[in-house]
Amino acid sequence: MLADIRQRYPISCHGVGLSLGSAEGLDPSHLRRLKDLFSWVKPALLSEHLSWSVIDGAYLNDLLPLPYTEETLRIVSANVARAQDTFGQRLLIENPSSYLSFAASTMPEWDFLAQLVKATGCGLLLDVNNIYVSASNNAFDAHEYLAHVDMTAVGEIHLAGHSIEDEGEARVLVDTHSTYVCDSVWALYRAAVVRRGPVPTLIEWDMDIPAFEELQAEAARAQTIMDSLSNLARARVA
Amino acid sequence: MLLELQRTFRATVTSRDDAVAPLVRAAHGPVSRRIAVYRNTVQKSLIDVLAVAFPVTQRIVGERFFAAMARDFVVQHPPRAPQLSLYGDGFAAFIAAHQRTQGLPYLADVARLEWARGEAYFAADAPALDPAALAAIAPDQLVKVKLNPHPATRLMTSTHPIHRIWAVNQPDVADVPAIDMNVAESVLISRPLYEVHLRKITQANGAFVAACAQGQMLGEAVAQAFVAEPAFDFQAALQDHLINGTFTALTLS
Repeated sequence: MLADIRQRYPISCHGVGLSLGSAEGLDPSHLRRLKDLFSWVKPALLSEHLSWSVIDGAYLNDLLPLPYTEETLRIVSANVARAQDTFGQRLLIENPSSYLSFAASTMPEWDFLAQLVKATGCGLLLDVNNIYVSASNNAFDAHEYLAHVDMTAVGEIHLAGHSIEDEGEARVLVDTHSTYVCDSVWALYRAAVVRRGPVPTLIEWDMDIPAFEELQAEAARAQTIMDSLSNLARARVA
Repeated sequence: MLLELQRTFRATVTSRDDAVAPLVRAAHGPVSRRIAVYRNTVQKSLIDVLAVAFPVTQRIVGERFFAAMARDFVVQHPPRAPQLSLYGDGFAAFIAAHQRTQGLPYLADVARLEWARGEAYFAADAPALDPAALAAIAPDQLVKVKLNPHPATRLMTSTHPIHRIWAVNQPDVADVPAIDMNVAESVLISRPLYEVHLRKITQANGAFVAACAQGQMLGEAVAQAFVAEPAFDFQAALQDHLINGTFTALTLS
């Protein structure tokens, strides 16, 4: 079936298990398996997360957070460069949703990503919902984060719904991919598309999945925003 | 050091101890609440992987007991590769050694059966043996043919009625009947195309498949089936294997 789809449409491969933030480096056998897969699929876009999930060979099946330090930047840059060399293709690196920050961090996430792009030539996968979730949990301004992102590096955008758990002081936003994209995230998306122009956009909804028509309506909403904003951009040029 | 931090983080999310707390910050509210988000995702997502791979085992012991047992397994034996389709190898052995399942002596074999079923599902695609290829062999050469098992084929034998236990614990069965537990059963799993077939076979047929899988020639494999059970119906068994894609090809030695 995948072979059939690949004949008709460009495919975007999105990884969750490469663990680009692992201090112990990348798992060579997993790299080899992915290389075999990608050389067969020939994806148009290839993406992974700025996170880690493997330590001492154990895979923890979550996108775990990283302290943003010079040491981490060296490790992630080396891992991204190795992956890109192995696959012979540029990776788009996705900003994660995070629920805490590290005392050791010496730079904001957008700065870390900008330096990673510079060091490795990778691109960015901008997850607008993740910016919103992380901003709420870690008390920074999502629009300010977005303003710092080099939009020419962005090759894909993700949208999703999150859940709000607990209230008051203990309030925490969790990136559940289980509901509608919220209005604040749509506003961030508009702001991103105004600066970036049209770009492949994916709505992630993989829990409590609604009727297909509702998913279609969410996708249509993103398409409408992209179309109207690019018409606007063209009108300005004319 | 990032390596040390990642070790501390792992220890935190696989236990109840917030060892990583001094290294992390929450913008508001208790930091333990934030750590719990990661701990919950790590443990729950892997427990869910096991629940999907072992639905009958879960139904037999109940959701709460299964979750507790699976949590122990997840913490002690996290995945060694980021391929969740491979996660759960060793769970049956873990169940066999688990103190609180000793009253259910068949449970580990049920889990083995479910694992074999999962392996069949994820095995490489291959064509089923073409009956015409077998028909083209000269009768006097037939005993020298080797039947090569399909990559998805798994044979499972137990001193317990594992096929019966498996069948009556499917989601669409409301009332589980009483089962005679002192019946040995052999189960053959195959996957000719996309759907996994799971069926009870005779002891003789099991011996036949096992001999073929070991690379024995047809004559020898049939002989071993007759040793296991003199009433072996070779024609019926072969017909069944052709329909269910037990074998993928033949070689003539």
